[in-house]
Amino acid sequence: MTTTNLAATNTAAAARPAARPDTVYFFGTCLVDMLYPEAGLAGMDLLRHAGVHVVFPEGQSCCGQPARNSGYVEEAREVARAQLDAFPSDIPIVVPSGSCAGMMKTHYAHLFEGDPDQPRAIAFAARIHELTAFFVNVLGVKLADKGAPVTVTWHPSCHSLREMGVSEEPKALLRQLANVTLVENKRERECCGFGGTFAVRQAAVSTAMVSDKLASVRETGAGTLLSGDCGCLMNIGGHAEKAGDGIRCRHIAEFLMERCHGG
Amino acid sequence: MAADGGMHAEHGPRFAERAPDALNNPQLRRNFRRAMDGLMAKRAAQFPDPAYWAELRERGAAVKARALAKLPDLLERLESRLTANGVQVHWAETTEEANAIVLGILQQAGARTVIKGKSMVSEEMHLNAHLERHGIEAVESDLGEYIIQLAGETPSHIVMPCIHKNKDEISDLFAEKIPGLERTGDVDELTAAARRVLRERFANADAGISGVNFAVAETGTLVLIENEGNGRLSTTLPPLHIAVTGIEKVVEYLDDIPPLLALLPRSATGQPITTYVNMISGPRKAGEKDGPTAVHLVLLDAGRSRVYQDVELADTLRCIRCAACMNHCPVYTRVGGHTYNAIYPGPIGKILTPQLQGLDAAGDQPHASTLCNACAEVCPVKIPIPDLLVRLRREAVRPTETPATHLPPLYSTVVKDGGAERSWTESLVWAGWRLVYTRPLLYRMVTRALAWGGNWVPADAPLMRDWTKARAKPRFKPRTLHDLARERGYLNEVPK
Repeated sequence: MTTTNLAATNTAAAARPAARPDTVYFFGTCLVDMLYPEAGLAGMDLLRHAGVHVVFPEGQSCCGQPARNSGYVEEAREVARAQLDAFPSDIPIVVPSGSCAGMMKTHYAHLFEGDPDQPRAIAFAARIHELTAFFVNVLGVKLADKGAPVTVTWHPSCHSLREMGVSEEPKALLRQLANVTLVENKRERECCGFGGTFAVRQAAVSTAMVSDKLASVRETGAGTLLSGDCGCLMNIGGHAEKAGDGIRCRHIAEFLMERCHGG
Repeated sequence: MAADGGMHAEHGPRFAERAPDALNNPQLRRNFRRAMDGLMAKRAAQFPDPAYWAELRERGAAVKARALAKLPDLLERLESRLTANGVQVHWAETTEEANAIVLGILQQAGARTVIKGKSMVSEEMHLNAHLERHGIEAVESDLGEYIIQLAGETPSHIVMPCIHKNKDEISDLFAEKIPGLERTGDVDELTAAARRVLRERFANADAGISGVNFAVAETGTLVLIENEGNGRLSTTLPPLHIAVTGIEKVVEYLDDIPPLLALLPRSATGQPITTYVNMISGPRKAGEKDGPTAVHLVLLDAGRSRVYQDVELADTLRCIRCAACMNHCPVYTRVGGHTYNAIYPGPIGKILTPQLQGLDAAGDQPHASTLCNACAEVCPVKIPIPDLLVRLRREAVRPTETPATHLPPLYSTVVKDGGAERSWTESLVWAGWRLVYTRPLLYRMVTRALAWGGNWVPADAPLMRDWTKARAKPRFKPRTLHDLARERGYLNEVPK
C-alpha cells in the first residue's frame, strides 16, 4: 500500500463506519498459539459464524512486544518486520489480545522510525483490530445465548483500555447474552501485575498485585472471570489455581463461542 | 532475568530486593492503598468531562513544551527580569554547588536558623543535612515535611511527604518528640501542637527557604502554591528568602500560568485550587511594610541539561511535580515511596532518576513497571512515561554512544552508564528469540517441540520458579493454534 492509498483509506474510515469486510486476517499471538490455542480457534470460529472469511497466515509468530518491553528493541523490530511480511494483503488484521494489538497499532510507527519499512509498518498498524471491538464496531454482531444462567465478571487488560481504547465493547457483547449476568469489578481498571517479564523480574510486587486483583474478583461473587488477553489470564488464572480458588478464568472468545454456538 | 550478579553490589539493594520489606508491612500497604484510593477519586471528580480534560492537558503540555523549546533563551530572560526586580540569581551546575551557594548566602547574612517551605529540589540537594553540618538549623514548616523531619525520614511522596504514616503513628511520634505534649489521637490537637512549635520558628527564623512551582520569564515572577500558609510565611516573614528550583521550571508568559494552575492542584490533590497561590516578584520595596529585604533564586541543573539534549527524553522535563502518576501507579501503591530509594519515587522517578544519576546507579528502576499506562493516562502535561521507560530499558542494555549519533530517538543511547544492566544470558535469549521468531519454519518446529516437551520444565527451574511461587505453571497445549487452524480448514493466504 502506498502512502497515498493509506491517506485515502484513513479519510474514508474517518468519514463513515468501517465497511464490513468479506475477508480478514487473524493474528493469533504467540501466547495463544502455544498456551491458549482453543481461545484463538474460538475467535476465528466466531468470525466465521459472523459471515467473514478468515485467513490464518502460517508465517506469523509474535508482535515483538516481549523483546521491546525488555529493551531489546532491534530484536523486536526484526520480529515485527516478519509480521509485516506475513500479512501482505490490505485487509483487516484481527487480534484476540488488546496488548498485542496495542503493540502493533500504537508502537510500530515508532519502532520503525528511520527504517525503510516504516510506511509499511504504519499501513500495517492501521489494519489492526482488537477482536471484541471488531465484533461490535465493524461487524455489529448480534449474539443469541444458548447457555444456562451464569454470573461472570470482566477483566480489561491495561493495553486494551489505554492503548486500543477498548473498554465498553466486550461488556456490550456480554450484555447481549440473555442468561449471562455481568457483575463489574470495582477495581477492573487496575493492572493485574502481569507485565510480561515484570512477573519474574519483580516477582514480589507482581504477586501482591495479582493477589489483590483476585481478591477484587472474588468480591464480585462471579464464578467466571473473562478477559480478552491471555497474559492477564495466565497470571490471574494461574494465581487462582495455585490458591485453590474455584474462579474460572477464560478468554471471552471461547466463552462466547460456547454460549452461542455450543463450542 | 536479573543482570549478571555482583555488578551492582556497590549500590546497595535494588528495587526488587527492597520491595518485600514494604510488601510485608500490612500497615504501610493499608496506608498507601487508602491514601491513593482517596486521591484518585478526588482527582477524577475534578475532571468529569473527558473533552475538557483532553483540551486542558493539551494546553498544559503545549505551555511546557514551548518553554522547553526556548529554554536557554527563557532562562536568560528570567534572570534579567528577576535581576531588574531586585532578586539575586545564582546558577548551580551540581547539587554541591547549589548547597555551597545557599550556605554562602546564609553565612554572609549571619543566619543561624532557617524556616523551610516544601521543596523537592532541596531534598535533591540534601540541603538540611548540609546546613546542619555548618551549624545552621533548618526546620521544615510544611506539616508533612515537619513530621518526617521529626521522624528522621525522607519524603515517600513528592506532594504528600508523610503519606506513609497514619494518624496513630504520628500521635506516637509527636508524643515522643514534642516536649510537653501528651499523646493525643485528635487530629486538630496534633495540628495545633505542630503549629505552636512552628509559629515560634517562623517568628524567629533568620531566613526562609522555599521551592518554586513556576518561574515566569516575562515578568520575573516566582509562583509557589501551597495549602498551609507556611510557604507564604517562609517567604515573607524572615528578612531573607532563598528560593531553589530546577532550570526546567521556567515558563514564558504570565498567561501560561492559568492553564498550569488549572491542572496542577486538581491532578495532585483533587483541589480546584490550592489555598495559597504566591506570586513572588522581588524583595520588599522602599516604603513597603513587609516582605524579605533580600530575595535569591538558585537555579539548579544537576543533570537536567543533559536530559534536555535528547529530543525524546526532554519530555521528562515537562513534569510539574503533581504526583498524579504515583497516585495512580499500581506498583507505587503497593510499595510506597521509600522502596525506590530515590528522591523522586513512582513513575516520574523511574524515568528521571536514571537520567540524573545514570544507569549504573538506577538502571533497575525502569523495570519496576508493568507498562500499564495508568501514569500516562493521568499526566497533565502528557509525558509519555511508558515509552520513556522502554527507551531507558534499551539504554540500560546498550553502551552509551559518545559522541551521540543521529539515530532515531528510540535507538539513541545518551544516558550515563549505558549498558549497565546488560547480561550476556539475556542478550543471548533475545538473539535466539529473534532467530526463531523471524523464521516461520523454525518457529513452527520450536513451538511444536514446546507443545511436546514444554510441560516437562520443572516448576522450580530458574525463572519458572519466580512464576510458580504464586501461580500454577503455564500449560503448553499438545496442538498449537497453527495446527488447529490448518485442521479446521482455515486458509493460509488470501485467495487470489
